[in-house]
Amino acid sequence: MGMTMSQKILAAHAGLDEVKAGQLINAQLDMVLGNDVTSPVAINVFEENGATAVFDNTKIAMIMDHFTPNKDIKAATLVKQTRAFANRYDIKNFMDVGMMGIEHALLPEKGLVGPGCLCIGADSHTCTYGALGAFSTGVGSTDMAAGMISGKAWFKVPSAIRFNLVGKPKGYVSGKDVILHIIGMIGVDGALYKSMEFTGEGIQYLNMDDRLCIANMAIEAGAKNGIFPVDDITREYCSGRYQGTPVEYTADEDAVYDETYTIDLGEIRPTVAFPHLPENTKTVDEIGENEVKIDQCVIGSCTNGRISDLRAAAEIFKGKKIAKGVRCIIIPGTQSIWLQAMHEGLFDIFVEAGAVVSTPTCGPCLGGHMGILAAGEKAVSTTNRNFVGRMGHVDSEVYLASPAVAAASAVAGYIVDPEKVM
Amino acid sequence: MNAKGRVHKFGDNVDTDVIIPARYLNTASHKELAAHCMEDIDAQFVSKVQEGDIMVAEKNFGCGSSREHAPIAIKASGISCVIASTFARIFYRNAINIGLPILECDEAAKEIKDGDTVSVNFDTGVITDETTGKTYQAEPFPEFIQNIIQKGGLINSIL
Repeated sequence: MGMTMSQKILAAHAGLDEVKAGQLINAQLDMVLGNDVTSPVAINVFEENGATAVFDNTKIAMIMDHFTPNKDIKAATLVKQTRAFANRYDIKNFMDVGMMGIEHALLPEKGLVGPGCLCIGADSHTCTYGALGAFSTGVGSTDMAAGMISGKAWFKVPSAIRFNLVGKPKGYVSGKDVILHIIGMIGVDGALYKSMEFTGEGIQYLNMDDRLCIANMAIEAGAKNGIFPVDDITREYCSGRYQGTPVEYTADEDAVYDETYTIDLGEIRPTVAFPHLPENTKTVDEIGENEVKIDQCVIGSCTNGRISDLRAAAEIFKGKKIAKGVRCIIIPGTQSIWLQAMHEGLFDIFVEAGAVVSTPTCGPCLGGHMGILAAGEKAVSTTNRNFVGRMGHVDSEVYLASPAVAAASAVAGYIVDPEKVM
Repeated sequence: MNAKGRVHKFGDNVDTDVIIPARYLNTASHKELAAHCMEDIDAQFVSKVQEGDIMVAEKNFGCGSSREHAPIAIKASGISCVIASTFARIFYRNAINIGLPILECDEAAKEIKDGDTVSVNFDTGVITDETTGKTYQAEPFPEFIQNIIQKGGLINSIL
C-alpha cells in the first residue's frame, strides 16, 4: 500500500521502510522548537527530572517572541530563565530581542527547517513548515523537554486528506482566503489527527508566503500537519538558505487518502472568519456595508506577517487614510522582513495612512500586548484564531481575514471587499 | 486507579484560550494557572470545583494552542479526569504526558449532565453516572500510551 508524503517522512525518520496510518512510532528529530511561553515549562520538566545534557545544541531553537520585548516583570522572568538555560547548554538558536522574529516566520527564513525534515515545536502553529515539504507539528512542553533530551518523539502515523487545488486565484484572493475557505468547508475538527496534503496544478500560483500561511492554519482544522510537495518555488526559496540537506518526498500514486477535495482557486472569494471559531466563514460578498464596524486592525502574526502580506496591505493603504476611530497596528514578522519593508518604502505608506508599525512580536494575536481589545470592541485581524477573549476582553470580537481585506476594512471602518476601496 | 466526583459540563470546541487565557501565560506556576482555569468560559468554575471533580465536554476538547498550561491548570484545579467525545490532538498528548487522565467516550460525553456524580475505573474504561445509574465503556488506550501512563508520564518513560 502506498504512503503519503507525511508517512514517508515519518518512516524515514523512524528507520522504517514503511509505516501505516495508526501505527505508533519513535522518530528522530531534526529540530525541536520552543518559545518564551512554552520553553520555561519545558526547562522546568528537563531540570526537575535531572537531565544534564541536550541531544544536539544545533537542533534546538528557542525563540523569544510571544511577550517580547517583555511586557511585564513575569514575562521578563520567563525569558531570563530561558536565556540562562540557553547559555548553560550553548543552545545555538536561542533568539532574543534584536535577532528574534515570530518563530514560524523566522525558522524558514533562517533555513533552520527545510524539505524532508522532521520538526516538533511547543507551539501549535509549528505546522507552518509543511509549506517547505517538511513534516512539522505542534506539541506541548513535556514533548519539547523529551525531544531536547533524547532527540526523539513518539508519533501516531496520521492518515491524510488531500486537497487537490486547481485553477488560479483571482483579484485580491491570497493564501489566507484559501485556508479560511477550506476551514469553513471542513470545520475546526474536520482534519482532527490527520495530515492535510495540498497538491494539484493550482499550487504553482501560490507563492511561498501563501503556502506558509495555508500550512500555518492546518491546526485550525484540527490537523496534525499540513504539507505541500516540493517544487521549483520551494527549491528557489530554500536555495542558499536551508542549513540541512533537502530531501524531497512525493506521495505514492497509490497512497490512500481518507478523502480528496478538489478546490478551484479561481472560485474562491476573499473570506472572513466571524467570532468565535475559524470555521464561521463568510465571503466578503455575504457581508453587508457597515455590518461589521471595527475598532482595530492588526496586520501581522505567524500567519500573515511576511513581506508579501505587508506589500498587499501597502497596495491598499497607498494614498489613503485609515478611517477615524480605527487603530491599525502593523507587525512585520522578523527583523529582515522589517528591514525589507522599510527599504521598499512600505513604512512611509503605513504611517502616512495613520497606522503604527511595531517590532516583531506575537503581541495582540494571543492577547499578549501591543493592541489588547476592551469589552465590546471588534478587530479585523490577519491572525489565526478568533476564540472568545483571544485578543483581550472576553466580550471583544476578532474577525480573521487576509492582509488585503484587513487593510481595506481599516480604510472603510467596516469589513469590506478590497475591490470597493480601490 | 479510579476517580469519583461531581461533573462540570462543557460543550463543543472548548479551546485552550478559554481553559487558560494567554494573559496568564506569563507564569509557569501550577497554582497561579489553576486560579484562572476556565475563567473565560465559566468565571465561577474555580470557586465551584472540588478536589476529585470530573470535567465532561463534547467534541474537540482542548483545541487551539499547544500550551501545556491548559492541562496543567485543569489538573492543578483539582479535576481528576476529563471525559470528552473527542480531544484535539495536542491537548491529548499533553494530558497523557503530564498525567492528567482523559477518556474518549461520545455517548457518556453527550448524556452525562452538569452536577451528576460520576465514577471512572481507569483499568477497565468503565464510566458510571451514579446519578442516573447508567454505565458507559470508554475507548481503551493503545498499549504504547498505557505504558507512558504506567511509568508516570513521558519523561519517566524515556529516562
